[in-house]
Amino acid sequence: MSTFSHLLHQQYLHTPDRNALTLLRAGQPDLPLTVRELLQGSAGVAQTLAHHGIQPGEVVILILQHSLEHAFAYFGTILHGAIPSIMPFLTEKLLPERYRADLAALVGVTQPSAIITYPEFEGEVRAALGEGSSVRVVLLSTEMDPPCEPDFASLPGLQRSPEDIVLLQHSSGTTGLQKGVALSHRAVLNQLESYSRRLQLNEADVLVSWLPLYHDMGLIAGFLMPLLLGIPLVLMSPFDWVRNPARLMQAVSKYRGTLSWLPNFAYNFCAQKTRDRDLEGVDLSSWRAISNCSEPMRYESHQAFLARFAPYGLRPEALCTCYAMAENVFAVTQGGITEPVTVDVIDREAMQVERVARPAFTDEAVIHMLSAGRPIENVEVRVVDEHGHDVPERKIGEVCLRSNSMLTEYYHRPDATAKAFRSGWYLTGDYGYLAAGELYVTGRKKDLIIVGGKNIHPQDLEELAMTVPGVHAGRVVVFGIFNDEQGTEEVYLVAEVDPEDPAAREQIADQIRQTITRGSAVALRHVHLVNKHWLVKTSSGKTARGANREKYIKEVLGQ
Amino acid sequence: MSAEMITSMAEYLAKNILKQPQRVIRPDEPLISSGLIDSFSLVDLGLYVEDTFGVRLEDTELNAETFDTLTQLVELVKGRM
Repeated sequence: MSTFSHLLHQQYLHTPDRNALTLLRAGQPDLPLTVRELLQGSAGVAQTLAHHGIQPGEVVILILQHSLEHAFAYFGTILHGAIPSIMPFLTEKLLPERYRADLAALVGVTQPSAIITYPEFEGEVRAALGEGSSVRVVLLSTEMDPPCEPDFASLPGLQRSPEDIVLLQHSSGTTGLQKGVALSHRAVLNQLESYSRRLQLNEADVLVSWLPLYHDMGLIAGFLMPLLLGIPLVLMSPFDWVRNPARLMQAVSKYRGTLSWLPNFAYNFCAQKTRDRDLEGVDLSSWRAISNCSEPMRYESHQAFLARFAPYGLRPEALCTCYAMAENVFAVTQGGITEPVTVDVIDREAMQVERVARPAFTDEAVIHMLSAGRPIENVEVRVVDEHGHDVPERKIGEVCLRSNSMLTEYYHRPDATAKAFRSGWYLTGDYGYLAAGELYVTGRKKDLIIVGGKNIHPQDLEELAMTVPGVHAGRVVVFGIFNDEQGTEEVYLVAEVDPEDPAAREQIADQIRQTITRGSAVALRHVHLVNKHWLVKTSSGKTARGANREKYIKEVLGQ
Repeated sequence: MSAEMITSMAEYLAKNILKQPQRVIRPDEPLISSGLIDSFSLVDLGLYVEDTFGVRLEDTELNAETFDTLTQLVELVKGRM
């Protein structure tokens, strides 16, 4: 059994001249990097951490964009034996004060000893650190030691044990940042071994990704897996991709990419927002597995993507599916590698009323469910009822799992860790059913909203809305409703307010939009203000998100 | 000419991007730096400008440094017409 640093050392010894990573940067030439260049740059960072007295086992927070510095800082932290944790970069719409509060929350729970960022961001970072902070040093990307020959005999990363925590992963928002998934070397490597076998990863593979690195799909599938296992990685920034989604297709064509991971909305986004002229000469025939993962997967999204890109060589069998979560490192199931993804056509009413996935015999009132595939080798999946008993095949229940790649803990959060497991099984909070050994994910038990693959906790947005004058605690509710055209959920907010005058209401609605957009980086469009007593409450007086969502769909959307 | 272009862009933004047809967007109101238009909608804005005014905006220009208000966007577009 080895560690991250052992794998990197092996590559440095045996394939130093192999291309490890190619960074694509809009408006600049592509930047290829060999294993040697990557690890020498990382060794410079490791040396810098050592000079500043950062100890192995301590947490280092990285606040950097997709760049050379980011790759060097990540692997430099690993080679030094410290624990990297990526904090999302400040976006234009987020208020700096809010960002500082989020960063302070992250620092409070994870107790990092260092933060690595850009010089222009130093002020922002320092402003978030109060007196007595655990952070002993803010290191700037420009102050790192230059690339140097890594001395593997003395690098502390080589002294780490497989059981040690290697990295932390957080989801976004105040709630997400306070719950860091701590993963051991052993857990990550078990996942990569099992998952790469299912993917039939091989020497001809080239991985192309635009995914953010603070997200499990971007970090594990789109960064660590290729770099640790020696698969060439072509990496672009999510900021560049979102402004021109055709860049993904151009990159696959140019580098003969074979593998990518995308959240469901990206299928719609790419299909709707690429121009023919940006696809001239593009050849997508090398793409063998594009895995739909991290938000509800839609048959219609796959069809739209295929219709748009089949003329450019996209093969239907390249469309794959995956069900994954950070607590299991990444993949739980994968479908579509050796055979096409199963499409289960089921009766809509039986699913909604009886909670059973009954195969449909007519074409009307049906749902096309995309299978998430079979569990990968090291993972066991069960579907259980509220008492923890297995439900029969095709009956919907909660998905739970057990594997040798589970999280060690929620970092410094024994309370949350204890709650996550029941008799050794991790409760995912997702609903689904099993049929012929394949898993179908149908919904969520938690109130979590997933927009474009990003997890959003409704309570974060409700609390922000309550800071707007005229909005009162306990009288605002946030939920998600799926938008078929966009292929993802949209956020809806309903609040009870006193004024009935439309102009006064419009003003409150606008303030809510602004406060939420700038306080959470969630672009809130749908605000609905209602009179007192509109919201459904539970017997304990709390607002019931699910019940209010149903009421909204029925009364406001008229469906 | 500029005033008409600003009106037509403001209407497009309010209706198609913000989904609030009644929303008034002032010519000097910051669009990108304020978060009013989020990154997912910038590509729509680029497509709209090209289809409506026959002027191409590169994806690397879709940021607050290049234009942040309707007035600035109209200047940019007019310079290329």
